[in-house]
Amino acid sequence: MNIVVLVKLVPDLVEELAIDANGVSLDPTYLRLIINESDDHAVEQGILLKERGGATVSVVAPDMEGIDDVLYAAAAKGVDRLIKLAGDFGDGVNNHALARAAASAIRELQPDLVLTGVQATNDLDGSVGPLLAEYLGMPYVGYVAGVTLSAGKVVVHKEYPGGLIGEMAATLPAVLGVQAAEQPPRYVAVSKVRQAMKSSSLEEQAVAELDSSGSVAVSRMFQPEAAGRATMLEGDVETVAARLVEIFKEAGVL
Amino acid sequence: MTDAVQEHAFYDKVLTATPDSERLKRCLQCGSCSGICPFGYAMDYPPHKLIAMLRADRIAPLFKSETVWLCMACYACTSICPAQIPVTAALLATLKTELLLMGKVPAELQKALENSQRYGNTLGESPRKRAAWTKDSPVPVPVLAQTKAPVDVLWFVGDYGSYHPRVQSVSRAMAKIFQALGVNFGILGPEEGSDGDIQCLAGERGLFELLAQKNGKAFGKYKFKEVVTTDAHAYNAFKNMYPREGYHFAVKHHTQFLAERLDQLKPLLRREVKSRVTYHDPCCLGRINDNNIYEEPRQLLQAIPGVEIVEMTHNRANTICCGAGGGGNWLDGFVWERARGRTSEWRVKEAVAAGAEVLAVACPYETPRFEDAVKTIQEAGQMQVKDIAELLAEAMGD
Repeated sequence: MNIVVLVKLVPDLVEELAIDANGVSLDPTYLRLIINESDDHAVEQGILLKERGGATVSVVAPDMEGIDDVLYAAAAKGVDRLIKLAGDFGDGVNNHALARAAASAIRELQPDLVLTGVQATNDLDGSVGPLLAEYLGMPYVGYVAGVTLSAGKVVVHKEYPGGLIGEMAATLPAVLGVQAAEQPPRYVAVSKVRQAMKSSSLEEQAVAELDSSGSVAVSRMFQPEAAGRATMLEGDVETVAARLVEIFKEAGVL
Repeated sequence: MTDAVQEHAFYDKVLTATPDSERLKRCLQCGSCSGICPFGYAMDYPPHKLIAMLRADRIAPLFKSETVWLCMACYACTSICPAQIPVTAALLATLKTELLLMGKVPAELQKALENSQRYGNTLGESPRKRAAWTKDSPVPVPVLAQTKAPVDVLWFVGDYGSYHPRVQSVSRAMAKIFQALGVNFGILGPEEGSDGDIQCLAGERGLFELLAQKNGKAFGKYKFKEVVTTDAHAYNAFKNMYPREGYHFAVKHHTQFLAERLDQLKPLLRREVKSRVTYHDPCCLGRINDNNIYEEPRQLLQAIPGVEIVEMTHNRANTICCGAGGGGNWLDGFVWERARGRTSEWRVKEAVAAGAEVLAVACPYETPRFEDAVKTIQEAGQMQVKDIAELLAEAMGD
């Protein structure tokens, strides 16, 4: 079983975000990148599948600041191959470009199963999983929390709003958008990461020119602005409720 | 590594964990360690049983049990052991290390360790904002990277003193005292990182080394006569663990530093703080590594006009841990599920029994822990929890 996990980095929200002078992107001065949370779960799910039934797990990630640490941590957890996509990812790319670049690298790895996080905070042009599946010509299931592999197919638990869980099967190879691994991402001790730095190697895969076509164009990026449109309703419950009904009727929603 | 090899290697790791680990072989199974352990009753393998299991080569069950995480590295077992076996540092911490290497750690603590790795503090706060608390300080707090001038005192504020809203008030009190005494001091601010004491005693030795290197490097950049810290854990780490990593410098806990200046301090304590005060001895200042700072905090309290000191049943070397050490601060849910009790609550009950109105502390984890405990112990009523620095600043008036 050959499992490939696509991982990307997103802005770390522990640092305050600032808008760049260009007005359409984040100011990179104090920007610090961190592994996308659901990608971290995808890595964990890959390792769990390996531990359960045997597999080779490769992590593929765009070359951005901090990516080496992310890859070595994955190796320390049990990932076999670390593949860095070498290209012009420095200032960040949209998901269309990332999915195209990753698809050509992942295709060469001939995966049975591709895992990636179901969403990320910087998904401006849709999540990366469905795009990747389209470029790879594979089926896609998103919001996955539970994966079982059997001959030629994968059975997944898919989360729906309202606490509903669906069980469905897809033929392999397939792409899964992981919402949550079956257990939280494991801790990796500093000494194990250091060991991984010595014992594992980072493979570099050159990426042809990035193609971001099909994406959205950002016209303005801004911090949430106070609008001052709120009206406070005073009075007891009956009065407030009656006034609410009037307002809804005026607005045409009742 | 096969399981059997890993198991046997574990015994060797215990025997070489500290310079005096071989003393483990002297164990007569008296059981004092397990008896004095505040959570021994809830552990699958309290210390003496752990030793028996090691000797019987029954190691696999130790890796399956998770109750070693009840150990808050308070050193009660180490301190009582008649054979002077380093139970906490060699035995319990090494078992935690082994579990961490396997990725087995309760989720609450995992987050604190991951935060320490990434941000250099357990709280997961921005390292760039480490000195943000100084904006609300009543007196200026110089950050060495900005002043670039030599100081007498490099004040190590610590994670909680820097970021925890409750403990920031202790930092502000200390800044006021430094200024009142005319001390030439400065802080590292964003260059300071977690001291690593709790991470080390939680078994994450690699993380401790990383944190020690970071602080060691920052200390090396500036000229100072001594380090003074308001963090009892930092004190223990700097005094006993940093030298092993190659970082040597003079360090004092703030209660030591201030007790040395009692003559200068006393005339400044003009306002009466009329209350019965009991003092909780932090493990880190007392029995751990024979740090033995017992009298200085009491001398300071005694110097405050109106204060009457009362003692709790367990005091000095016999103190009961507040529950924070060795990672315990991030295991509240884990501990509660297994032990159905908190040592901080036990301690507050003792303070009530001693008739105290104020529970005085000298370690940053204790203020929030004991304040939480006061809320759950009805008899504690309006008991106040205050760091000695806060009581001194209060007695100085405005």
